[in-house]
Amino acid sequence: MTVLVLLDHEAGAIRQASRSAVTAALALGDVHALVTGDAAVAAAAAQIPGIAQVLRATDAGSAHDLAEPLAALIASLAGAYSHIVAASGATAKNVLPRAAALLDVQPIPDVVSIVDGETFVRPIYAGSALATVKSSDAKKVLTVRASNFDPAPAEGGNAAVREVTAPDAPAVSEFVSIERSKSERPELDAARIIVSGGRGLQNEENFKRLEPLADRLGAAIGASRAAVDAGFVSNDYQVGQTGKIVAPELYIAVGISGAIQHLAGMKDSKVIVAINKDPEAPIFQVADYGLVGDLFEVLPQLEAALDKAG
Amino acid sequence: MTEHARETMEFDVVIVGGGPAGLAAAIRLRQLAPDATVCLIEKGSEIGAHILSGAVIEPRALAELLPDWQERGAPLNTPVSEEAMLYLTESRGYTVPMLDRVMPHMRNHGNYIVSLGDVCRWLAVQAEELGVEIYPGFAGAEILEEDGRVVGVATGDMGIGRDGQPGANYAPGMELRARYTLFAEGCRGSLTKRAMAMYNLRKGVDPQTYGLGIKELWEIPKDLHRPGLVQHSFGWPLDDRTYGGAWMYHFGENLVSYGFVVGLDYPNTWLSPFDEMQRLKLHPSFRKFFEGGRRIAYGARALSEGGLQSVPRLTFPGGALVGDAAGFLNVPKIKGTHTAMKSGMLAAEAVAEAMAAGKAEPASYTRRVRQSWLWQELRGVRNIRPAFARFGMKGGALYSGIDAMLLRGRAPWTLHHRHADNEVLESATVSTPIAYPKPDGRITFDRLSSVFLSATNHEEDQPVHLKVRNPDLWKTVNWDVFRSPESRYCPAAVYEAVDTDTAPRLQINAQNCVHCKTCDIKDPAQNIDWVTPEGAGGPNYPGGM
Amino acid sequence: MKVLVPVKRVIDFNIKPRVKADGTGVETAGVKMSMNPFDEIAVEEAVRLKEKGIATEIVAVSIGVQQAQDTLRTALAMGADRAILVLTDVAVEPLGVAKVLKALVAKESPDLVILGKQAIDDDMNATGQMLAGLLGWSQGTFASKIEIADGRAVVTREIDGGLETVSLALPAIVTADLRLNEPRYASLPNIMKARKKPMETVAPGDLGVDVTPRLTTLSVAEPPTRKAGVKVESAADLVARLRNEAKVI
Repeated sequence: MTVLVLLDHEAGAIRQASRSAVTAALALGDVHALVTGDAAVAAAAAQIPGIAQVLRATDAGSAHDLAEPLAALIASLAGAYSHIVAASGATAKNVLPRAAALLDVQPIPDVVSIVDGETFVRPIYAGSALATVKSSDAKKVLTVRASNFDPAPAEGGNAAVREVTAPDAPAVSEFVSIERSKSERPELDAARIIVSGGRGLQNEENFKRLEPLADRLGAAIGASRAAVDAGFVSNDYQVGQTGKIVAPELYIAVGISGAIQHLAGMKDSKVIVAINKDPEAPIFQVADYGLVGDLFEVLPQLEAALDKAG
Repeated sequence: MTEHARETMEFDVVIVGGGPAGLAAAIRLRQLAPDATVCLIEKGSEIGAHILSGAVIEPRALAELLPDWQERGAPLNTPVSEEAMLYLTESRGYTVPMLDRVMPHMRNHGNYIVSLGDVCRWLAVQAEELGVEIYPGFAGAEILEEDGRVVGVATGDMGIGRDGQPGANYAPGMELRARYTLFAEGCRGSLTKRAMAMYNLRKGVDPQTYGLGIKELWEIPKDLHRPGLVQHSFGWPLDDRTYGGAWMYHFGENLVSYGFVVGLDYPNTWLSPFDEMQRLKLHPSFRKFFEGGRRIAYGARALSEGGLQSVPRLTFPGGALVGDAAGFLNVPKIKGTHTAMKSGMLAAEAVAEAMAAGKAEPASYTRRVRQSWLWQELRGVRNIRPAFARFGMKGGALYSGIDAMLLRGRAPWTLHHRHADNEVLESATVSTPIAYPKPDGRITFDRLSSVFLSATNHEEDQPVHLKVRNPDLWKTVNWDVFRSPESRYCPAAVYEAVDTDTAPRLQINAQNCVHCKTCDIKDPAQNIDWVTPEGAGGPNYPGGM
Repeated sequence: MKVLVPVKRVIDFNIKPRVKADGTGVETAGVKMSMNPFDEIAVEEAVRLKEKGIATEIVAVSIGVQQAQDTLRTALAMGADRAILVLTDVAVEPLGVAKVLKALVAKESPDLVILGKQAIDDDMNATGQMLAGLLGWSQGTFASKIEIADGRAVVTREIDGGLETVSLALPAIVTADLRLNEPRYASLPNIMKARKKPMETVAPGDLGVDVTPRLTTLSVAEPPTRKAGVKVESAADLVARLRNEAKVI
């Protein structure tokens, strides 16, 4: 069985999430990779160990990752592959279902675990349940959750690169522009790291003391409902049952007791850190790393430790 | 509040509240007057969303309303097959012997264990088939009155921000105008309260007294499940001055309804009904059923316990009070569904008659109630709850046995309720502090994880619906004298006293509110006014609850 | 311009779904159901297009059980003109839904189909893209802004780390993301009026579509609960562990 992995790139490099998808694909068979973008991207893909061949899409539509030509390209290549895999992300979610429709296949998104070549585990109801599904389609189209698969190394391989182009078709869509978020702080729902504050911060002024830590980590800032209700920050910061549901790689809960309403919004984070002066706070029951202490002392210490470590 | 014109719709009858009383009234009306337009509004997001009861129900009223209820698939599926009343000490449970004779009201033969929410969902389907228009998600927020007559209600505005100003999504409320308006809001309804004041309906009757019921729904291992089992208890953990007890009903597919009622005339300000309910689960008579089970829902609701002495005048020009809004619960039986439904049906009959005769007030409702089994039933038990208030738990139990066995409910005297529940709380210095065990996260839980299971939600950006009339009074009365009783009696962690070491203040987490109405009842200075939040807010009790 | 808006009836977003004890799925009996929140946004966008004079008719579609009528009534109350219920007891997958919608598109000939980007029950995020693929239409997924002019739809899309704008030839498929708009309330007067708007019912078979699922759900389980980890002694220790042990910074 050979698997085709669609790799996503940013600034000339293959995204780490896509390297996780390579790991997932290697569990299913031999791996070929499809990349868009310039030759440097294809060269980067070729260095990922485990990839036997790199296919580089050279047509203009595919270069902008437009769904229509890229899906058509994938469908035209699909004959040689048992599975088509990509990391869950905006590009894959835009393109793969369309390709699946062209192949008359029901896609399987957000796979967190591969049972066998046709059986996969995926979250449903925003992670409230895990469904194990078995596909009867001849070909499988899936996206995988990057946080559940270790990324393949970026270097060490040496695959051949072959150029491919999407089948000719009238262009029904055009790329107009792209605007990268300029905000220094990432959005809550897209952040890799989140620093979140609770009522332990006591007031609006103190809540700002999370910023130096968030700056150092390139983190988004979140808040518990108690902090929002107490007026420290506005609603759109709220993580939890009635706020945003987040699953970053690192979630640092500062002065948050850990009411279940809050846990419902962040329990799928890969690593949870809790800083609280109350050793009995429920947040410690879900934290991978707990630090019992006065947050007003711990925060500067953390900043210093990060600065020292560089 | 705003300049936007409200749209208006005219009906013959508008019913506020989609519980058993309101739905029974709606059904009866369409049966009697098939051409009458009947509109029912419900503040919950759907019918059943705010319904909380044990519930063991007596099918008497249902059989009168819909004689073919069984063929229609009413969800009364678990007949009571086994029952016990336990007197608890801290470590033991004693079964009350000859229950049939000493507590004849408790006889549950022929009754069913149900989810009252599911029964209401089913009743709503029956009502809609009969042509009743049902609109869940809309709260009756205002009484419309013209020339001394109630002419309908207005639903609340939607999309008002926390600051009281209309937001981008603002949608004005609607005027539902009607020849007759029935208030079926359940215990301590917010419009009912206003109607009582507008028409002085409580003149000459005893103050209403209340209980707070807190309930959990569990799924337990099949080998522990005894479908049809009804178990009640009294005694521990409450002291002799505090009325209350627990229930446990086994029904459905491995479901157990567990709950606890405490009379809101309790004097000890340190008492926490929620924590009493939690710790009672640890008693050996109950605990064995919870081991290995999982809690799937939680909720709370106040109930009227005053009985006949506290029933207000029932009618006014343009409408009437039905169900527990009027206070028709039979306390010794611990049942109010059959009486609520019966009162709704009787009100419907009176409205149909008044409508035909063109009268403004459906006055014959009062006479119909007095001539019905409903009145006989409540009359027979009228002295029991006040006896507990007067003689304590043990004395009350003794009185109730004597009343049942010797007097057979026909005592020539009537015991009265002398105080409203908010008047009897004792100060923090006089009250004995109570140490409650910490929740273990398996059988006992904290408030917030409980509220989580009520699926309660309110749109965040709206005015706080728990109005503290005089904010200064909280510090001088609630804090200085009683040490914030609301933070203990509220079963949903709405009220929190914060900054208690420096400058104590009251934090209101209105989003958590499960609409039980206890704060409106028990606040010592009657300083908290519960008003309807934006429609569809509040708990979303699931099927089975 | 005619706009088609498919809507799905799902467990209300306020309800935490409960996995059935036998692991066959999630409990839905007696659970409050509502319109998928992303579909509400789609309906709202269609209604705004109509209010701007761009759309002329809005047709809401739902595929599911009889009670999906309630969901369609909500769409009608929000401003859709008429509704079609494709009645089936089968839990139809995105592929099947896309095929049903393709058949309805052939009948209705809309210029624009606006869908929610994903349903909050199965979290598939696929139907819009699949419908576009089956029709060979352009697609603008995860839209946070739609502008219709000169026979094209200019769609701003939420992508990882920013926004992308594409210009689509009509007819087109657009899927709505959270920030596209804030849906209006279905007001009581409009709910009352919606009772009189037309609703037709068809079966998938009438449309010649086979909706047999391709995926079999073998089991549904609660996610594993997190376990308490370790307590660290100092901020320095924490940073070291995050760096060397967890490798997240």
